[in-house]
Amino acid sequence: MSILIYAESAEGKLKKVAFELASYAKKIAETLGTTVTALTINASDTSELAKYGVDKVLQVNQDKLSSFNAKAYTDVIQQAAEKENAPVVVLSSTTDSLYLSPLVAVALEAGYASNVVGLPVSTAPFQVKRNAFSNKAFQITEITTAVKVIGLAKNSYGVFENPASTTQEDFNPTIDATDFGIKVVSVEKVSGKVSIADADIVVSAGRGLKGPENWGMIEELATVLGAATACSKPVSDLGWRPHGEHVGQTGKPVATNLYIAIGISGAIQHIAGINSSKIKVVINTDPEAPFFKVADYGIVGDAFEVVPQLIEKLKAFKAQHA
Amino acid sequence: MKILVCISHVPDTTSKINFVESNSQFDTNGVQYVINPNDEFGLTRAIWFQEKQGATVTVVNVGGPETEPTLRKALAIGANQAIRVNATPTDGFFVAKQLAHVIQTGEYDLVIAGKESLDYNGGMVPGMLAGILGYNFLNSCTELTIEATAVTAVREIDGGKETVTTSLPLIIGGQKGLVEEKDLRIPNMRGIMTARTKPLTVVEAVDTPTTTKAISFDKPAPKSAVKLIAADNLDELINLLHNEAKVL
Ligand SMILES: Cc1cc2nc3c(=O)[nH]c(=O)nc-3n(C[C@H](O)[C@H](O)[C@H](O)COP(=O)(O)OP(=O)(O)OC[C@H]3O[C@@H](n4cnc5c(N)ncnc54)[C@H](O)[C@@H]3O)c2cc1C
Repeated sequence: MSILIYAESAEGKLKKVAFELASYAKKIAETLGTTVTALTINASDTSELAKYGVDKVLQVNQDKLSSFNAKAYTDVIQQAAEKENAPVVVLSSTTDSLYLSPLVAVALEAGYASNVVGLPVSTAPFQVKRNAFSNKAFQITEITTAVKVIGLAKNSYGVFENPASTTQEDFNPTIDATDFGIKVVSVEKVSGKVSIADADIVVSAGRGLKGPENWGMIEELATVLGAATACSKPVSDLGWRPHGEHVGQTGKPVATNLYIAIGISGAIQHIAGINSSKIKVVINTDPEAPFFKVADYGIVGDAFEVVPQLIEKLKAFKAQHA
Repeated sequence: MKILVCISHVPDTTSKINFVESNSQFDTNGVQYVINPNDEFGLTRAIWFQEKQGATVTVVNVGGPETEPTLRKALAIGANQAIRVNATPTDGFFVAKQLAHVIQTGEYDLVIAGKESLDYNGGMVPGMLAGILGYNFLNSCTELTIEATAVTAVREIDGGKETVTTSLPLIIGGQKGLVEEKDLRIPNMRGIMTARTKPLTVVEAVDTPTTTKAISFDKPAPKSAVKLIAADNLDELINLLHNEAKVL
């Protein structure tokens, strides 16, 4: 018996979420008196998992799995879970894992809780706390099946070192040829930029910026902070910024450590997408803007004056703390 | 082409979220219900197929009689017929089981569900349906074109998008992008009148084991007030972000 995590990688490199899953699973494993097994698919170096308490790594290396395929990956996770006799399978909340989790749950005849924000509140019965109502409430869900699938919300647990001596094992699952009903023709990634999904800091701007020509300072602020850029919905609807940057209820959810909102009013639909971010900073000319109600730190001021100064100050700060 | 659009009946986005019966039930008092926004994009895309390619569009909801106005709205927007599975949706798996039964009975070529609903945010139903039925499945779908049984689609990935080809029968978890927001349909008078005469069939639920149970709800603790920093004191902001919030 072992808790199984699916440790996602991209271009052979493990993603940061893999370490959060490992840290999280380790704690559950301690409670249940068992171990943690990490499943990797075509990851070249898995050694770092040892730092976060993983006892065993099951490594799958197969060319036909080189691009993500939900059905085939589900087969792999199912076979790994069965081999390890896993009572709990933990996946993350990346776009790929959100795609996989319900398929994995059906394959394992397991109850599935998504958007989970912390360790189980109880393990017998097995109850977890999850986000619901667009982050406006929490729900305690009990998973009643023998095997449980958990989708951990991003940045909800954190990464904790807990060194283990890890064994590595090659794993050769059988994959059904009929799994390849969906064929990838092309992939377009925004290159050279931090994506919202991977970012620890997001700099976001709204209609208060007046026009796309003013995004230079937003991008510069993001570069200084190593952040991703984002925007409110009208901004992407107006075509000032690409759709992939629109955050909120109908856009992307953002769960970062720091979210800086510039010239965004803070409409309820926007807030629904950023509620799970830890620290929120708002810069807005209007002291009555609803964003001030949810922000941790606020500046009542004109973005066109504040942002350039902030960039200079942050550059100096970074230089000092390099 | 026979299309089934799964419609979730959810509180309007501005609804106050409260709970009753010792925090075990959502308080529906004064709540306005709407078609789940992700489903609305899917419905409009389905109507596009109906108008341009001669598809028939059935909408389906798992819920009690109180969801019928939402189904009527979908009919007013242009769906040909509606099905209500008469049951309280207890969790995503239960809903998926009911819908799988409807799909098997009706032999649909394309099933469009929203990638997530705004109430319980489960993100389960489309994937579970695909798992149960073994159909091709594409999640976070933002573009969809179909020629005969050949499908070209785009799905969102972290940091970009991916174009794929596949074939019918297909299940998608859809979202914004399937149609432009400006193209979303609102019912007009004629639509509302004809919706009254369109068939809305009520079917009984099939038995299924439970996999999860909602035990209780609570709301985040009230947040402490925002710390305001003068616009000419940005050093203080950086200091707070570094020393207090520890995010720099
Ligand atoms: C069903 C539905 C779903 C929606 N989903 C989303 C969603 O996912 N995401 C989303 O963002 N919105 C969403 N919306 C829209 C949302 O209701 C708001 O309209 C939107 O968030 C407002 O964007 P904004 O704050 O950029 O623009 P505005 O409302 O125009 O606000 C601009 C702000 O900028 C400030 N400002 C102006 N000039 C300056 C300056 N020089 N310096 C600093 N501040 C300045 C103003 O004081 C104002 O607060 C949705 C709406 C509906 C009905």
